[in-house]
Amino acid sequence: MAEKYIEGYPEYMYKLIQKVHKTRSKRKDYVPEAMTPEEREDVLQYHPDFAKGGKRKLKIGVNKGDIAPDEVVDLIEAYPLIGKKDVDLSRVDYSPEILIIGGGLAGTSAAIWANMMGVKAEKILLTNKLRHGDANSIMAEGGTQAADRENDSPAKHFIDTIGGGHFTNKPDVVRALVSDAPVIMDWLCDLGALLDQEDNGEFVEKWGGGTSIKRMHSCADYTGLEELRVIKDEFENRQIPVIEHYPVIELLTDGNKVTGAVLWNLETGEYKIVKSKVVIMATGGFGRLHIRGFPTTNHYGATYDGVVLSYHAGAKLIDTDTVQYHPTGAAYPVQIIGFLLTEKLRSSGAQPVNIDGNSFVFPLEPRDVEASAIIKECYVKNKGVNTPTGLRGVWLDTPLIEVKNGEGYIDKAFPGMKRMYERFGIDMVKNPVLIFPTLHYQNGGVEIDPWSRTSVEGLYAAGEVAGGIHGKNRLMGNSTLGTMVFGRRAGIDAAKFVKKTKSWGKLTLNHVDKYVKMLKDAKIKTDRRAPIILPEYRGKAALARMIDVF
Amino acid sequence: MAKKKTEKSVMDRIAEANKPVTTGVDEKDIKQWVMIYIMGRGYKVPADLTILTAMEFAGYRFVRGVGCRQGFCGACGTVYRKAGEYKLQTGLACQTRVEDGMYLVQIPFSPAKKPIYNIQKEPYDVSVLLKYFPEIARCVSCNTCSKACPQDIETMDYIQCALRGDFEELAEISFDCIRCGLCAMRCPAEIVQYNVGQLGRRMYGRYGLKKPEHLKVRIKELEAKKFDKELDVLEKASKEKLVELYAARVREKD
Repeated sequence: MAEKYIEGYPEYMYKLIQKVHKTRSKRKDYVPEAMTPEEREDVLQYHPDFAKGGKRKLKIGVNKGDIAPDEVVDLIEAYPLIGKKDVDLSRVDYSPEILIIGGGLAGTSAAIWANMMGVKAEKILLTNKLRHGDANSIMAEGGTQAADRENDSPAKHFIDTIGGGHFTNKPDVVRALVSDAPVIMDWLCDLGALLDQEDNGEFVEKWGGGTSIKRMHSCADYTGLEELRVIKDEFENRQIPVIEHYPVIELLTDGNKVTGAVLWNLETGEYKIVKSKVVIMATGGFGRLHIRGFPTTNHYGATYDGVVLSYHAGAKLIDTDTVQYHPTGAAYPVQIIGFLLTEKLRSSGAQPVNIDGNSFVFPLEPRDVEASAIIKECYVKNKGVNTPTGLRGVWLDTPLIEVKNGEGYIDKAFPGMKRMYERFGIDMVKNPVLIFPTLHYQNGGVEIDPWSRTSVEGLYAAGEVAGGIHGKNRLMGNSTLGTMVFGRRAGIDAAKFVKKTKSWGKLTLNHVDKYVKMLKDAKIKTDRRAPIILPEYRGKAALARMIDVF
Repeated sequence: MAKKKTEKSVMDRIAEANKPVTTGVDEKDIKQWVMIYIMGRGYKVPADLTILTAMEFAGYRFVRGVGCRQGFCGACGTVYRKAGEYKLQTGLACQTRVEDGMYLVQIPFSPAKKPIYNIQKEPYDVSVLLKYFPEIARCVSCNTCSKACPQDIETMDYIQCALRGDFEELAEISFDCIRCGLCAMRCPAEIVQYNVGQLGRRMYGRYGLKKPEHLKVRIKELEAKKFDKELDVLEKASKEKLVELYAARVREKD
């Protein structure tokens, strides 16, 4: 192509970068002030949650009348994949006492703690849609919050969390989150996780957006990767049974409580019947639904399956109306649009900067506020930079990180980020990178209590699939923390539950019949079916000529 | 009314601009094409896609060889050769741009052995690595593992650290490992480097690093229920009270 590229950018973008270089020394000591509550309120009108359209009321089920994004309602108001006629429930393939669905940080932690509480390894079964460990957990970059320094306390963590969630979080669940946080850090140390430490042996603890104290722990910018690979290794050493590429396509109930699940082989199409006393749902979130047409930071399998299945079984949901957009997704180059640029970049000094080279927002607002300010700058004030593919973004001034922390800092603290940009010819130490908000997290989900119990007996939920922890907006570093806190609690409580529960429930799909009846009574006519298991990205031209003959 | 109209169009404009990554590229928008060969068969695909998205464009729906799609999970290890070259190269399908004349195949699984151990009971010296991975002694220093690594890790160097029992250096060099398995698949000595790195890092984390004193203090305080009263009050506080407490927070100095 004729387009000239300089240092990985088209010439016109490279010219605009010079403005960012020019203002850097001025911006170094000047940062816009944090917003007042009124200013926050005002800018939030540009947040996708509040912008007009894109959502509607649920017509059926326990949460009838609640509001949710259209993409979510479409899956709730969809017909189940199977009915009574499709499966033979009399032949049981697996009978673990505890079935865990999903092998990210939450599910894997739950399995280990159930085992530590005395449930034998062979009485646990972990099933995965893709490979064990394929999860959003592994992509968590920035860190994990825990109030473990002398000037910090669980109470301060509590107030930051509940204020960040606009006071909608469940207080008893938040209490569990903040009180267990140091316990989780202690556990990670015992397992041999490499948490960043200062020369004096204390943890490196950084800012997270919306917090009043520096309490974000990290493992460079591979925090989730390190946490998950260590916990997964521990799981494997305990020889807990695991099956991969077997998503759950429906839960089984005795009409009321959950008694098992139907698994489906993603490659051969064969189904398996699992009978269990407890099911722990740990399937993650919904980024791959591309709510409001946003790109996502999420894993390929993040398709909301866990919430859909739990709702079929009658579980209550909470905070279905809010979605977290991460303020800093990559906006250029096209190959990485929507990929996560960790918040830790901003807590280490990087600033969002507009087309004129000016900073326009305090870099560490809570995520919904920060994202709204960036959308406003690009589309209302028209101070964004247009990319060759038509996307708009603002700069994230990454070179400022080394101005503030010294040369070589990015190499040490952000090896993953640096590597990602290098693959596309961009040096983030030298030049800023272009960003725009990206779909990141499912704030709500299946409502849990402090012991990860849902409203349905025998069904637990932990990790992103669970709701109530973060209210209507999650703070940075509380997600990886939440997965391990509530995974652990689910494992511990499920272990107690299976010890005192002697009988196994009947296996039926009666709840599915009931669900289909609700859909019909509500006159929902559609060929939509859910869960969707995986998103569809095949080329349109190829799809148009595909036929099924074999 | 006028304002609401603007808001709607903002969301629509954002969705429109993101279409190439959310619902797939439209053929009419493509300016440049390249030819790639997926397991030998040629497909014409847009030039600015990655191997992963190009295969999807060609009609493949992944159930293997795909995971996070952003370079963290190691599911999409791929071996390729460029037209006219003899050299086999490795990369992650989600992080490698397609090039004209690329011949490729994915290696989504490695049938490697993972030994079972309990790090709480193992000695913190070289013997633990030799006990579970005796094959590291067979390393011929060919460096094929390092060349195969899509994370540019000096894999051979950390295997040498393992042989010396240098846990700290091993942890540092191997830290960015995403366990894709390409090193092990290429190793002529049948070493499973990423598992060696995993055990080595855990041993260093458990025994080489000291648990911070402030964490130990906090755990004792929690066991003594030091914060319970304060949290009892917060858990039952009204929204008004919480709003007040939130506004009164004092931000720690930078």
